[in-house]
Amino acid sequence: MAEYKRPSSELEFEANFAQKKPLMNSTEAYYESSRCLFCYDAPCMNACPTHIDIPLFIKQIHTGNVEGAAKTIYDSNWMGNACAKVCPTGVLCEGACVYNNQHVKPIEIGRLQNYATLAAIKQNKKIAEPGVPNGKKVAIIGAGPAGLSAACELRTLGYMVDVFEAKAKPTGLTVYGVAPYKINNEEALQEEEYLQKQLGYNVFYNKPINTSEQLKEIESSYDAVFLGVGLGTTASLGIPGEDGSNVIGAVEFIEDLRMKHHTIKIPSRVVVIGGGNTAMDAASESARMGAEKVTLAYRRDKAGMGAYKFEYDLALSAGVTSLFNASPVEITAQGVKFIRTQEVNGKLENIAGSEFTLECDLVIKATGQAKMGSLLKQISGVQLDKSNRIVVNMETYQTGNPKYFAGGDAVNGGAEVVNGAYEGKMAAKGIDKWLKTGK
Amino acid sequence: MDLSINFAGIKSPNPFWLASAPPTNSGYQIMKAFDAGWGGAVWKTLGVPVVNVSSRYGSVNYRNTRMAGFNNIELITDRPLADNLREIEEVKKYFPNHAVIASLMVETKEQWHAIIKDVQNAGADGIELNFGCPHGMCERGMGSAVGQEPEVLQTIVGWVMEAAKIPVITKLSPNISHITDPGLAAVKGGTDAISLINTIKSIVGIDLDTYAPYPVVDGKGSNGGYCGPAVKPIALQMLRELACDKEINKVPISGIGGIETWRDVVEFILLGATSVQVCTAAMHYGFGIVREMEAGLIQFMKDKGYTTIYDFAGKALPNVTEWKHLNLKHKVVANINPDKCVGCELCYIACDDGAHQAIGLTEGSRVPHIIEENCVGCNLCSLVCPVEGCITMQKRDDGTQHLTWDERTKANNIPVTFNDELAGGRHHWVPAPVDALKNKRKDMRR
Ligand SMILES: Cc1cc2nc3c(=O)[nH]c(=O)nc-3n(C[C@H](O)[C@H](O)[C@H](O)COP(=O)(O)OP(=O)(O)OC[C@H]3O[C@@H](n4cnc5c(N)ncnc54)[C@H](O)[C@@H]3O)c2cc1C
Ligand SMILES: Cc1cc2nc3c(=O)[nH]c(=O)nc-3n(C[C@H](O)[C@H](O)[C@H](O)COP(=O)(O)O)c2cc1C
Ligand code: SF4
Ligand code: SF4
Ligand code: SF4
Repeated sequence: MAEYKRPSSELEFEANFAQKKPLMNSTEAYYESSRCLFCYDAPCMNACPTHIDIPLFIKQIHTGNVEGAAKTIYDSNWMGNACAKVCPTGVLCEGACVYNNQHVKPIEIGRLQNYATLAAIKQNKKIAEPGVPNGKKVAIIGAGPAGLSAACELRTLGYMVDVFEAKAKPTGLTVYGVAPYKINNEEALQEEEYLQKQLGYNVFYNKPINTSEQLKEIESSYDAVFLGVGLGTTASLGIPGEDGSNVIGAVEFIEDLRMKHHTIKIPSRVVVIGGGNTAMDAASESARMGAEKVTLAYRRDKAGMGAYKFEYDLALSAGVTSLFNASPVEITAQGVKFIRTQEVNGKLENIAGSEFTLECDLVIKATGQAKMGSLLKQISGVQLDKSNRIVVNMETYQTGNPKYFAGGDAVNGGAEVVNGAYEGKMAAKGIDKWLKTGK
Repeated sequence: MDLSINFAGIKSPNPFWLASAPPTNSGYQIMKAFDAGWGGAVWKTLGVPVVNVSSRYGSVNYRNTRMAGFNNIELITDRPLADNLREIEEVKKYFPNHAVIASLMVETKEQWHAIIKDVQNAGADGIELNFGCPHGMCERGMGSAVGQEPEVLQTIVGWVMEAAKIPVITKLSPNISHITDPGLAAVKGGTDAISLINTIKSIVGIDLDTYAPYPVVDGKGSNGGYCGPAVKPIALQMLRELACDKEINKVPISGIGGIETWRDVVEFILLGATSVQVCTAAMHYGFGIVREMEAGLIQFMKDKGYTTIYDFAGKALPNVTEWKHLNLKHKVVANINPDKCVGCELCYIACDDGAHQAIGLTEGSRVPHIIEENCVGCNLCSLVCPVEGCITMQKRDDGTQHLTWDERTKANNIPVTFNDELAGGRHHWVPAPVDALKNKRKDMRR
């Protein structure tokens, strides 16, 4: 029997996808904040890609200045609430907390951060304001974490900001990709609404920028452009049968799940191909949707997986089984045909004659996202590296075309929301510097 | 919003000052502090030459809170005066708009005059007189030995005022029954301002192996000076006494004692302080704590619509009154919210053993109930309850009646004999003594 019953209502869906980091109440926040040692040059703060002053905001929570705590968080990170819920804190701030050295539970920084930011959002507290208008305009392509952070920061610096977004909702993969037990749609969207109201940038939805005409128009009407387009659809495996109706890309599957919840139908036997965090998410999610048998298939061994251990453990705890050293060679109507692999002198080799077929009803390919090469190649001067990542100056996030700046997954090749938030903010500062000094 | 202050003529960009103590021992520390956001610093006390012991501090840890109380047996600065003067000059060069106040402690009139001239020449913005140190220095006739003798204190303040061209703050010792005595003496001596409290004479604990008080110095200890969060209530009360005295409150007061967070700062200001000084918190967490204080103070002022600290300085003073003026008709009773109760029954045992037997246990439930007739509204249960907002004290009088002890006295309506009908607890129900032996808790039955 599967671990989870198939959800047939929104309520059952929510129960199957119960929040991993639920909101703290004020008592818990008070106790937890009292444990923070207020470390000097705090390791938690150094481990946060956006360098939030963590000891400060925790102390502010403890002294009842919750609004001040939210301000401290947003001072460093415009996705403060989303990050509180979706960051892999165990390998970032909480992983660095000095309590780990004592073998004591680290401070629950993520949940405290959620406590402070959500309070500010719910009470619509004013934590930022637009800068004095400087008469300059910036266009942003992509309303994901990177694009929105750039938008917020640019508004505080006095720029007029227009964001062009291909989809119908903001926050990019935060709402379309992250697992629902980390953040639900309402939470992902309300932070954005809250900040947009205070800072006043414009977002044009269902407005993909794809053609060189569109790009030309933008170039002529704006003083600078920020590219926050993220990554594309699931990359192809390059094996026969992968276009079959029983095959779906993980990113597309998750987007469907995030938008339609319990109304999507998951068959009973699912194979997820991949060893990264997205594969773990897709497997966990299939199991939570009531699939009876979910198999995670990875071509290398367990140690070779790119996924965080806690994400793998989470998949196992949802009832997922794993299959290592199995490389897919073909997908048929019956299932996936694999070949066994082994590592020889650090190189992965197929074991001849070891083919076998694992029967299933649905195959989810979690084999990474394709890059946005086609759009980016239309912009003269913007350079891409071998893996089609945009090459930028790592301080200003300026691309090879001085008018274009970029950040987020499109630059780092796929990291976390918090990296997108940081890079978008830094790019905004880069834009400001360039427009003010020409450098 | 403007956080700046003008304290008896000493200007500072904000009211956050470091108290005279180890954090202000050197120009290096003070520059670092100003850079971190502190508005002023009272230099570690300069004066007669001293020698310090090794093993200088002890502390009171309460549960998992370290240094809830802190104690020291350190003396005034042991660095040469010339070095300190040179560094004062250098700090003022880099931070001309920050407040540098020289704390001083010497013996004779000549010494006072000489050292005042020195610190003035070095560019100090003010002088603080250390009449507080309750260990070591008092054995040599200085520090709290002066603070405890209002007449001597007044004389020395008088000497100081003869020589001082910059504002003078007199720092008082709390080791005295009536803080207004030295306060008044300082004002009569001509001081420009007052600061308090210095440390409280204390023993923080005994080492159970050496039988010596902490901090142990080669098998012996001495009484120390107590400070840190534990002393705040004493400091607040003394501040309020000075701030309410019409003679004394002509001069501004700098509040000291257990300040660590913005809340502490606001409380001191509400009781009349117009600058605050911090020692222990900076020794515990470093200068960075000023960020929390400043952010919190600004938030508070924004929420309340204040633009300077003078908008609310002393605002709590009219509400601190003598007991005899409190309204005896005010009536509150405890109320338990069963939805919040976690069933620890601490309120029950606190009230039954430690108060007025006004809480009962409920058959078949861990949620206790209030017996309203017995509840005197003492607040104890609401203080022990671990759940925020679970036990609330609810008002039962309708607010129309007002009668104080003072009014009753004037109306000849007070109880005077031992068993007077007019006495308070007379008709209050208490269980019979033998009831104590019934209903024992299971694990206490033998
Ligand atoms: C399955 C999955 C799970 C994840 N889980 C986590 C997690 O738990 N925690 C975490 O921190 N991170 C997680 N991530 C990573 C995280 O979501 C990304 O790193 C982050 O969203 C990157 O932000 P971005 O702004 O660069 O790109 P995106 O979030 O991808 O946003 C790009 C935006 O640009 C829009 N866009 C693209 N092209 C165009 C165009 N031509 N014109 C107009 N608009 C365009 C897109 O529609 C999108 O809204 C996950 C990612 C995936 C795929
Ligand atoms: C180690 C130590 C040394 C101190 N030295 C002095 C001093 O030299 N001069 C002085 O006026 N007060 C001195 N004090 C007292 C502090 O200035 C301050 O009045 C007291 O610590 C209360 O404030 P707090 O609770 O913030 O620590 C000292 C306190 C400590 C802990
Ligand atoms: S490392 Fe841990 S204890 Fe130290 S400041 Fe950060 S959260 Fe607090
Ligand atoms: S705090 Fe510094 S000076 Fe004091 S005992 Fe420790 S190391 Fe020595
Ligand atoms: S102290 Fe509070 S939580 Fe505990 S039993 Fe009483 S009411 Fe309930």
